[in-house]
Amino acid sequence: MAFTAKGDATRRPPVDPDVHASAAEERSHTRRGRPSRPNQAVVVALACGGAAGAVARYAVSLAMPATPGQFPWGTFTINVTGSFVLGFLLVLLLERFPRGRLARPVIGTGFLGAYTTFSTYMVDAVQLVHGGHPATAAAYVLGSLAAGLLAVWAGMAGARVVGSAERWLRDGER
Amino acid sequence: MTIAFFLLVAAGGFVGAPARYLLDRAVTQRLESDLPWGTFFVNLSGSLLLGLLIGLSLKGHLSGPAKALLATGFCGAYTTFSTFTFETVRLVQDGRMLHAAANAAASAAVGLVAAAAGFALGLAF
Repeated sequence: MAFTAKGDATRRPPVDPDVHASAAEERSHTRRGRPSRPNQAVVVALACGGAAGAVARYAVSLAMPATPGQFPWGTFTINVTGSFVLGFLLVLLLERFPRGRLARPVIGTGFLGAYTTFSTYMVDAVQLVHGGHPATAAAYVLGSLAAGLLAVWAGMAGARVVGSAERWLRDGER
Repeated sequence: MTIAFFLLVAAGGFVGAPARYLLDRAVTQRLESDLPWGTFFVNLSGSLLLGLLIGLSLKGHLSGPAKALLATGFCGAYTTFSTFTFETVRLVQDGRMLHAAANAAASAAVGLVAAAAGFALGLAF
């Protein structure tokens, strides 16, 4: 799939460094083509992605159980890895399947949206404060935020590097 | 037993993720804004609900299976951290630093207040 239409390489536009342009394009795409009702196939596919994402999160949380009063490394790891993969995938998916109807809802909104969690992040912090560990709570809230933002950015940058490396390799074959 | 818990978490996720999608969609279609209000409302309401559920479970009012279904499954999947961070980074890349900072700060602050309110309410039962 990654190497479809070799002849297209020359006609393809260069790597778009502005993710926001494609993101904005997608937003207008969803608005322009919005049906009065949500697409049922998309909702069902997204639900399956959500079930898988929730199960994956549960598995990680069992492998890295939270200890009361301690930094919740399990949720931290889930949220940071999920942010990285989402950044990576959204750039790659937009580049490869700009018209794909299901990939983004299933993997992005469904799986990764459900895998990562904001509510546990917040309630973990509240419980730390409640248990008399406000410093750990503050480190957790700010640390997750900083690491999560950095992870999305790194994922996007990584996808762009992969994209241009592939193009470079393909052009070298000619 | 463990399999049953996995199935309950999956069932919660199966409902939670599309609930987020539909609410996000409904909000963004009604609010033409530069800020991702859909995710904001999802995370705010989910944090309130999870706070309530965890408070109730600490008081012994929520069984293990119910917690797996509603807290880990539904609330965990309904709310999302990755979309929140992605949208914030996208605002930064758009050059809207103030919007990005406001989104991050408000989501965390309001989410904490909501979670704390729900938690206190749950403990009060």
